[in-house]
Amino acid sequence: MTLADDSLRTALPVAVPEPVAPPPVDTAAPRRRRARLSENRWGYAYVAPFFLVFGAFSLFPFVFTLWISLHETRLSDIGGGTFVGLDNYAALLGNAYFWNALRNTVTIGVLATVPQLCLALGLAHLLHYKLRGRTFFRVVMLMPYATSIAAATLVFATLFGRDYGLINTGLEAVGLDRIDWESGSLTSQVAIAVIVTWRWTGYNALIYLAAMQSIPDELYEAAEMDGASRWRQFLHVTIPSLRPTILFTVVVSTIGAVQLFGEPLLFAGNGSTTGGARNQYQTLGLLMYQQGWSNFNIGQAATTAWAMFLIILLVVGLAALAGRLRARRTGGTP
Amino acid sequence: MTATLAPPSAPVTPAPRKARRRTKTGKAGPVTYSLLALFALVSVFPLYWTVVAGSHTNAEIAATPPPFLPNATLFENIDAALEQAPLGLAILNSVIVSGAITVGTVLFCTLAGFAFAKLRFRGNGLLLSLVVGTMMVPTQLAVIPLFMMIAELQWVDQLQAVVLPTLVSAFGVFFMRQYLVSALPDELLEAGRVDGASTHRIFFSIVLPVARPAMAVLAMLTFLTAWNEFFWPIIALTAANPTVQVAIANLGSGYVPQRAVIMAGTLLGTLPVLVVFGVLGKQIVGGIMAGAVKG
Repeated sequence: MTLADDSLRTALPVAVPEPVAPPPVDTAAPRRRRARLSENRWGYAYVAPFFLVFGAFSLFPFVFTLWISLHETRLSDIGGGTFVGLDNYAALLGNAYFWNALRNTVTIGVLATVPQLCLALGLAHLLHYKLRGRTFFRVVMLMPYATSIAAATLVFATLFGRDYGLINTGLEAVGLDRIDWESGSLTSQVAIAVIVTWRWTGYNALIYLAAMQSIPDELYEAAEMDGASRWRQFLHVTIPSLRPTILFTVVVSTIGAVQLFGEPLLFAGNGSTTGGARNQYQTLGLLMYQQGWSNFNIGQAATTAWAMFLIILLVVGLAALAGRLRARRTGGTP
Repeated sequence: MTATLAPPSAPVTPAPRKARRRTKTGKAGPVTYSLLALFALVSVFPLYWTVVAGSHTNAEIAATPPPFLPNATLFENIDAALEQAPLGLAILNSVIVSGAITVGTVLFCTLAGFAFAKLRFRGNGLLLSLVVGTMMVPTQLAVIPLFMMIAELQWVDQLQAVVLPTLVSAFGVFFMRQYLVSALPDELLEAGRVDGASTHRIFFSIVLPVARPAMAVLAMLTFLTAWNEFFWPIIALTAANPTVQVAIANLGSGYVPQRAVIMAGTLLGTLPVLVVFGVLGKQIVGGIMAGAVKG
């Protein structure tokens, strides 16, 4: 289980030049190649401990989940089950809960990712100024990242509470009506998106900041000589230079959004897997958990898990395509 | 565009030191400071509110204007939370689990990262692509077979069920590989080889010292991630032998959830990691930025 949302988000170096492509393993210059330790069988010994654990607890489960998804399996009969071919997949496509969860996942994903990355870009710009207390600001912005999903969700559930929540107290103070955040469809999804945004904005800002610091001075000098204002410099120098980083953060945030689970599970405060009385904020991750561990339908849960993976593949594929087309149009590296 | 870490000299305190854009970046004005203060406030406020909400009853917290200071009731509520959930055990469990995962990840990922960076063996590139590719796979895809395994081994509710599956990470291998590719000069390895050192000797006397800064960064990030891990622990463990996240999640699932008690418990479970973050925050910030894009 190396793929938790968090560890993936931290996986920045991976995709910088090209989000989906494997790292440039073979790009080592010939000179360096020769200089490497020559053919070395010890390589296997060095990667063996990693692959033993990784194979047993990651690679094997990934594939085995596919096998399970082709079976009718109950949690009580975990080793058994009957082979049903693609029946689970057909059932999933005909399942209104699946489409509801997919819709919720997309809505929350967009509501969480777009403002988050825009805010992060703005925050990175602010942090890029010559600042007093630079380290202080950076550390403070990263504190939400250090807060766990469970803790963050419980605090925000309190803030968004109908009767005792600070946000409603505030709304009332300015003459607006109280909102029942949890029971509304859009309101609950907005609230969950706020939790995600709160946890990840500072983190992404630091990523953007690191990228901004590596933009060469000459680009700004040239823009200044052309009489570009600060704002135009931001639009025409900073943003284009950050494009690969932005594309990468979009992909990583999307992968995280597809797996959204803890926030909707704990938002009502009672650990219910339905995602609200009308499933108004049940996500795919939560649906999968409900199918497997509330309804004990393991085969169906495995199918939902694979559907989630296919959705991620689709998104990553589209992003890679977008990056490549862009690179071709501008006639070089983006 | 290279996707490498900063050079060995500065992985923990990256680019800012170089002050390359200092001349071109304007000095921050009052507007910048105000906006930053606002961002900082929003970042910290929910955490502060945990303390306030943990000290007040529902009626008090709903008052207009609401209370903005904590009081001694917080300690009563912490006691109540400790009665409802074994938070002390949970913190101990989380320390054990996160510590074991951190040691395992740093050790195994450094070994494998070194091999992928500097040793030539057949299938090297293919194996690395496999590792990197799996970083896109959602956690959901692993948990069902994992649950079958721990059920079979009768590990449900035991800490090794949480430790073993997370003992290595694909990210860790790639992170160490990227660092060592640029930080470890081939000449150094060749010199060791010429002196007749074995591969293991080279690993311990040359590679490990060079790798140490990246190992420290990986350790911090891994510990944080492991401490906050939620999805798998909530499947593998129960309220009887929880990690902090499982215990916190269960605080809210009583018949009459008491909000103030939940907040007090949440505070208790979050405090250790916030203290660690207070001490190592600067290094963690540096690590994340060093791992990010270098133009």
